[in-house]
Amino acid sequence: MTATPPPATADLAGAPTAALAVRAEGRGRGPSLSPRTAFLLRRLGRLLVSLAVVVVASFFLIHLVPGDPVRAALGIQASPELVAATRAELGLDQPLPVQFFDYIAGLLRGDFGDSIRTGRPVSETIAQRFPATVTLGVVSFLVALLAAVPLGIGAAVALQRPGRRVADAAISGILGMLIAVPGFLLAVGLIALFAVQLQWLPAAGWGDPRDAVLPVLALALGPMAYLARIVQVEMSGVLGATYMTTARAKRLPGRLIYLRHALPNIITASLTVSGLLLSGMVAGTVLIETVFAIPGMGGVMVPAVGAKDYPIVQGLVVVYALIILGVNLIVDLILVTVDPRSSITEG
Amino acid sequence: MTLRSRLLSPAGIAALAGTALFLLVALLGPVLFVGAAETSNVPERLLAPSAAHPFGTDDLGRDIFARVLVAARVSLLLTLGATLVSTVGGIAYGLVAVILPRHVRRLATGLLDILLAFPWLLMVLFFTVIWGASAMSAMFAIGISGIPFMARLVYNLASSVSGRDYVRAARVVGVGPFGILVRHILPNIANPLFVNAAATASVTLLSFAGLSFLGLGVQAPEYDWGRLLQDGITRIYVNPLAAIGPGIAVVLAGLVFTFVSEALAGGGNGLRAVGRRAVGAVAPLRPAAAPAPRAPMAADAPIAEVADLRVAFGTADGGEVERVRGVSVRIAPGEVVGIVGESGSGKSLTAMALAGLLGTDARITTTAHTFHGIDMTRPLTAADRSVLGVELGMVFQDPLTSLNPALTIGRQLTEVPEVHLRLSRAEAREHAALALESVGIPDARRRLSQYPHQFSGGMRQRAMIGQALTGRPQLIIADEPTTALDVTVQRQVMGVLRTAQRETGAAIVFISHDIALVSAFCDRVLVMKDGVVVEELDAQRIREDATHPYSRALVACLPDMTSDRTRPLPVIPPELAASALAEEVGV
Repeated sequence: MTATPPPATADLAGAPTAALAVRAEGRGRGPSLSPRTAFLLRRLGRLLVSLAVVVVASFFLIHLVPGDPVRAALGIQASPELVAATRAELGLDQPLPVQFFDYIAGLLRGDFGDSIRTGRPVSETIAQRFPATVTLGVVSFLVALLAAVPLGIGAAVALQRPGRRVADAAISGILGMLIAVPGFLLAVGLIALFAVQLQWLPAAGWGDPRDAVLPVLALALGPMAYLARIVQVEMSGVLGATYMTTARAKRLPGRLIYLRHALPNIITASLTVSGLLLSGMVAGTVLIETVFAIPGMGGVMVPAVGAKDYPIVQGLVVVYALIILGVNLIVDLILVTVDPRSSITEG
Repeated sequence: MTLRSRLLSPAGIAALAGTALFLLVALLGPVLFVGAAETSNVPERLLAPSAAHPFGTDDLGRDIFARVLVAARVSLLLTLGATLVSTVGGIAYGLVAVILPRHVRRLATGLLDILLAFPWLLMVLFFTVIWGASAMSAMFAIGISGIPFMARLVYNLASSVSGRDYVRAARVVGVGPFGILVRHILPNIANPLFVNAAATASVTLLSFAGLSFLGLGVQAPEYDWGRLLQDGITRIYVNPLAAIGPGIAVVLAGLVFTFVSEALAGGGNGLRAVGRRAVGAVAPLRPAAAPAPRAPMAADAPIAEVADLRVAFGTADGGEVERVRGVSVRIAPGEVVGIVGESGSGKSLTAMALAGLLGTDARITTTAHTFHGIDMTRPLTAADRSVLGVELGMVFQDPLTSLNPALTIGRQLTEVPEVHLRLSRAEAREHAALALESVGIPDARRRLSQYPHQFSGGMRQRAMIGQALTGRPQLIIADEPTTALDVTVQRQVMGVLRTAQRETGAAIVFISHDIALVSAFCDRVLVMKDGVVVEELDAQRIREDATHPYSRALVACLPDMTSDRTRPLPVIPPELAASALAEEVGV
């Protein structure tokens, strides 16, 4: 990768997107609302629609299974009595509208039903497993963010000077590699190096802070590299902008030039990408938890998917989706606070 | 770049060689190595890596390296299958969405945006629980979860094409919507589609490895790279290569798909496509502005002086091109000096060098460069910087880009008073409000809390002039300050600049290609051409005194009361507009 601005294909693909996306959601609001309120209302509307899509999809999950879902879950050796009992337990003998109503009512009470395999309430399992997943995700994200922003800004500033093509290629190469290798493969490499060869850190487990080092690295390095790249490209663009010459013409100290004049102009793109990366990292925890045997939600999700334990999968899909939508909402709120224009007034 | 030249680029060669290698392995691997890969050989079980078994053997004594080679076929076929599902589904959804009636189209794209917010793994797990854990269902699950990305892309590409003239023309002559899609839109978006299909393949391969690694993809006794990785990781302390070997295969194959994408796109676009696809970011970054040349610089004893200024830039082939070739400018306090010349004549570079604002990529040499007694050729002290910040004002060509869009006008106009004049927040704000008022912006206090995008173009340019007035300007450099504005706004801005000059007594360097504007506004005019000053004229006597052929040509273009209005205005003859003139001047 080179430090050139995003290419023509990217422009073609992307330029209409933001405007279209905003337009698609921005109907029917009176002009009396302030742009920020209107933006927040649009985003809130989208959040609710997304939530509805997730809830409906998770409800229909069991009905989309070809053939008899209960038979598929219990296997061909299960007795007809057990199948009938499980069917009643899942409420599948009720008419569809009643099932849907019960499902929604359950969700509102935080009741996701009971696991088919263990019979334990799904909500109990989630409550047990939630903290490890969220800790892993949040810590990894913070590590990625705190490393990527200074790295990207530093690279952009350092590469400003002419004759740095080799340094540019080296930075691009390293970041590109980290972006290309998925977290779970990185995890394998990290274990082989730091746990097996050097024996510095444990290869599995959860509880001691040392246990968290490799999982966090495996989950954070790829997103960190991608974000650093975005920050670098954005920053290079900003450093070349006329308003930065204006700031330099005012002979402001470097601290004001970079922190006050440059940083706010890269924050929208960086935050938007951060939101996407964090969503990806939430899902990435499933794989990382499996590699490192971390007792998070991924550790129950994977066997439940294999065993067709519908209530567990339904509950976890809803919880993962809630986390992701929550992340998006937080990003939007920060955007409204820090960005006076683009995303807010575009609609 | 043509496809041929892209194929001969490093990425193209890597793509061709890699594709050939993996094709060979996928075709021949299962034929040649199936014995070593699938025959149990218990005496040789769990061997460490050796020459005979590069990655060691598994718990049934099967050679892991052979298993990696044999697994290439299944892994690649499943990847291609899933990519096909994503691409075909995405094209169908995206193209249909384009021709839907408006409100249905909004629903369709809205749904895409919602789906795009969810990571692939979540969607794949959802489908896997429905269809069961098997290779085929994993292929469809991964393929379908890739559809929203591809559909969004196709939709964006197709809608940008469908407004073009040739598509409108086809519509006018009665081509139906389907014909338009297939014959006019699809061929025109084919290349970015291929690029992104290859990028999708790269990500799909990694996704598949992840799913099989979780035990939800290919099921035993079948195996792909992900499955081998899952077997290997349980024994990573005994034989790390059992896990790393298949991992290397996955990464290499992913790289080959990435190189294919890059070879199709060229210029780093394919690499970026993979990156965006990996995080599911259809909307890429805002296009970054091309870095403008910029640098630190100098000033002098008349208010500013630069002698024998030369500005050169490095070229791609390691050479150097000199864009300003020995210019000397001396500006007396309160003097209004115009610099005229066409684009590329070096007038803006001269002005930026005078202000000490050229970038580090510019190679500047000069025998003297001063601003108000400060030697600008030496590193500036903090005190020097304060003097420059307060006494030197800049106004640039495009007011839309010269104010920081992320900061309020008030924040930007209070910086010089706060930083260099050491005024309090409130005093600085008062200062800024007065400056805004003096450039004719009413309701200045309220305006201070607004952002540049809430100002019109003319108001922004006046705010830029106002910004120069927040200090104690001795020199204002205005680089084509009216070129980007329409004629009536130009007059306002010129009026404001003139008033500012009269009230502060600041000298002005006014750069323009408009000799009429310059001769009316300035005391003295420098005519620049190809990096040198060809003539220096008294603005009042410009018609009479111009002797250099280029100046005369510029003057001849000026209409006056005696111009014959039935004839077209004269233009600069090509032999003068070209660099032919440089030789005549003897540079």
